[in-house]
Amino acid sequence: MPNLLFTEAEWDFAALDRTYKAIEEIALGDLKLDVYPNQVEVISSEQMLDAYSSLGMPLMYNHWSFGKLFAREDTLYRAGYTALAYEIVINSSPCISYLLEENTMTMQALVMAHAAFGHNHFFKNNYLFRQWTNAEGILDYLAFAKRYIAACEERHGREEVEAVLDAAHALMDQGVFRYRRPPKPSKERVLEKRRRRAEYEEEAYNELWRTLPAGIEPPATPPTPDDDDGFGGDMKLPEENLLYFLEKHSPTLKAWQRETLRIVRNLAQYFYPQRQTKVMNEGCATFVHHAIMNMMYDRGLITEGSLLEFLHSHTSVVFQPEFSDKRYSGINPYALGFAMMTDIRRIAEAPTAEDRDWFPQLAGSGDWVGALKDAWANYRDESFIEQFLSPKLMRDFRLFALFDKADDEAYTVSAIHNEGGYRKVRSLLARQYDAGASDPNIQVVGANLKGDRKLFLEHHMHRGVPLHHATKDLVLTHIEHLWGHEVAFEEVAD
Amino acid sequence: MPYFIDRRLNPKGKSLANRQRFLRRARTQIREAVQKSLKDSAVADISKERKIKISSKGTREPRFRLDPKTAGERDFVLPGNRDFTPGDEIKKPKSGDGGGHGKDAADYAEGEDDFEFVMSQDEVLDIFFEDLELPNLVRTTLKETPNTVWKRAGITTAGSPTQINLVRTMRNAQGRRLALKRPSLRDIKALEDELDRLEREDPQSEETRAKIVTLKENLARANAKRKWVGFIDPIDVRYNSYTEQPVPTSQAVMFCLMDVSGSMGEREKDLAKRFYMLLHLFLRRRYDRVDIVFIRHTHDAQEVDEQEFFYSRQSGGTIVSTALDKMLEIQRERYTTSDWNIYAAQASDGYTQSGDARRCVEMLNADIMPLCQYYAYIEILDEREMEVFASEDSGAELWRAYRTVAELWPNFATKRISKPADIFPVFRELFKKAESTG
Repeated sequence: MPNLLFTEAEWDFAALDRTYKAIEEIALGDLKLDVYPNQVEVISSEQMLDAYSSLGMPLMYNHWSFGKLFAREDTLYRAGYTALAYEIVINSSPCISYLLEENTMTMQALVMAHAAFGHNHFFKNNYLFRQWTNAEGILDYLAFAKRYIAACEERHGREEVEAVLDAAHALMDQGVFRYRRPPKPSKERVLEKRRRRAEYEEEAYNELWRTLPAGIEPPATPPTPDDDDGFGGDMKLPEENLLYFLEKHSPTLKAWQRETLRIVRNLAQYFYPQRQTKVMNEGCATFVHHAIMNMMYDRGLITEGSLLEFLHSHTSVVFQPEFSDKRYSGINPYALGFAMMTDIRRIAEAPTAEDRDWFPQLAGSGDWVGALKDAWANYRDESFIEQFLSPKLMRDFRLFALFDKADDEAYTVSAIHNEGGYRKVRSLLARQYDAGASDPNIQVVGANLKGDRKLFLEHHMHRGVPLHHATKDLVLTHIEHLWGHEVAFEEVAD
Repeated sequence: MPYFIDRRLNPKGKSLANRQRFLRRARTQIREAVQKSLKDSAVADISKERKIKISSKGTREPRFRLDPKTAGERDFVLPGNRDFTPGDEIKKPKSGDGGGHGKDAADYAEGEDDFEFVMSQDEVLDIFFEDLELPNLVRTTLKETPNTVWKRAGITTAGSPTQINLVRTMRNAQGRRLALKRPSLRDIKALEDELDRLEREDPQSEETRAKIVTLKENLARANAKRKWVGFIDPIDVRYNSYTEQPVPTSQAVMFCLMDVSGSMGEREKDLAKRFYMLLHLFLRRRYDRVDIVFIRHTHDAQEVDEQEFFYSRQSGGTIVSTALDKMLEIQRERYTTSDWNIYAAQASDGYTQSGDARRCVEMLNADIMPLCQYYAYIEILDEREMEVFASEDSGAELWRAYRTVAELWPNFATKRISKPADIFPVFRELFKKAESTG
């Protein structure tokens, strides 16, 4: 056939280019996707491991925990326990996706469809990413972070910096704004300027210390033009973002330590939408690659052999073991996301009577592209499941809900995939994907800045579930390190 | 338009800095783990990468997390229902949260979990040797200032006149002269003679006069040519070239002495072998060149190759001093102290002919110890004997005799070992930092 894009398993850049153009035509023309410009990079397996261990980012500041991650991944990979990632894609503009050099040409096509169009569209359009991350600025910001941390290590010693980073990493889950919009990660230039000012202040501040006669306290708050820098200022309590609070109000941190906290906090915020949209993000990418690969086959652009190779890897990606299976490790986001999106298409094109009851607007509308684009843009995992999980899918997955009370000897089955249980199972599953509910709710409720400088934290327990004891104590030591004074912690029942 | 970028040629090892930070961070745990791993494995395996399992202490990354197992209640949804109906009860697994939450269980068990990863050979050895240092390394000839020697490095066209290579230069010159047909003195002489002869002719015919004119022209041309085709031209000149090359400034010879009489069985030899190998590995890392000399002895000593040394058997009595004699002899012949660092490692089961121990002590004190950087003596006992000789002071004749040497010479060490696991600690102690041994 003259139309075939490639026939060999080996890839070359010409074939990549041809295939990319064909994929692009389908993605933009048929699926009407809207994407950032793409940058596709070919890397070796070792570089893939490198990328893994720096949280999937192309550049990252240095810290031992990334070395630990690398060591772990490297060991597992070498022992053959894990295969390398399907792909890595970065929420940035241009959107960077990595192709592994060992992939066959079919796999390269699959990965381009998956990452460069599926994920890319999701990053660009989903409301969480649009509101909370800054795709244009992230790479500049990481470059700044890397330089800044390196400079701090040089100036203040590696151990000092490590101590702050350790503590900040421990609080990463508590370093995000869940409800109020965070300040955008500023461009490097702005931060450089701010850093210089902070450094100047630090020096001036030290001067002040030295010249003051003994017995006289330095001013409680250094004179700063805005309360964005330096500690003190108006505390807005309670505060759920511990890193933000410590950065702004810790009485002991130096300017560079505050900046370090800010870096970690910005990263945490950048990754937060990904945590909330795992099912949708992977579902979107998987749905897109599945649609594109099939259309390419239908149009005679790829061979039957390629299609089979693609289907083989596709099915292993969307495989969902049952709960009693040894391989079970939670619900596979690829499987659930892909199934739900395929289901939306089915409901739009060939609804059953049940679908008409449950999804009166969507059923039979025929516009599955529009429906999916709307879902991708305006939902996160929790709301997506609450809205779109159909009874048919619950039956397909044979979902059931368990109730677990710590003191009981047994779990109780509270609902299953039947007429009486659909709504309950769906709500409970949706709740399971609510990052706000699965993360412990910890807040700063007070800080005694004038007196003994004690910091008061509260954990608002949800349904009586306490914090894991040993790790709590370890994290508290980190908080004390950052706060510099005693920290009181209380678990409050709801 | 997509941008395809080929990153495969980018420098690798981007995460090396992170790895080093990690190794430094987990230093204590890694050192323990490496030492344990070395203790348990065969010495020959030391030069391999190995899997290291460390406790996660020190590299913990704690986060606040919920612990629904201790208190409170929760709901969760699982796939793959078979025949449950609402109200059914499922027994909780005894330990760990096996009910489909295996991952959580692992997370919650933090503090206990081990972390396993692969360390390269270099990383292992660096830790292994970290605070070791060969004793008395203050050698006159050595170490800090590496010696260099000038070595021939072919022929060059530039150099100083003293380095001129005459043969090469003259050969080039001759070749050039031949190629350019430079008239020799003999040719000129011949022309001159001919001219002379013709000029003397009387009467000169027309023909002769014409000849004379030609000859004179030829002669002038030949003389001119000799001027511009020089005998030696600058392009002929060649110089010998020399480069400075470092010579192995630090070299060591390691004398392995062993009693191979009947009392040394398979087990004893195996232990001794491990000891030698460890010492050898250590020396190899410290010195550019390490020679090994194997001397076995019964009532008589021989230098043998490694195979013989470890695997052949000999019967006879035991006279240790013969081995020392042999060692001295070989040292005098081949290993002068000005060029070699001398190490000796002796393994024995502690028995020797009565009276021989005294002679050994005399030899050691008078001749051997002044030459040696270090002399290590290990006595291989079985476990039962080890208990009997729990005190340093008690022991067989050789042991007691060597103790007196050890008192005089800080670089003389004696140790008893009885099982493979003892070797490593012995080794550590033998080569502790110089301060502790003097």
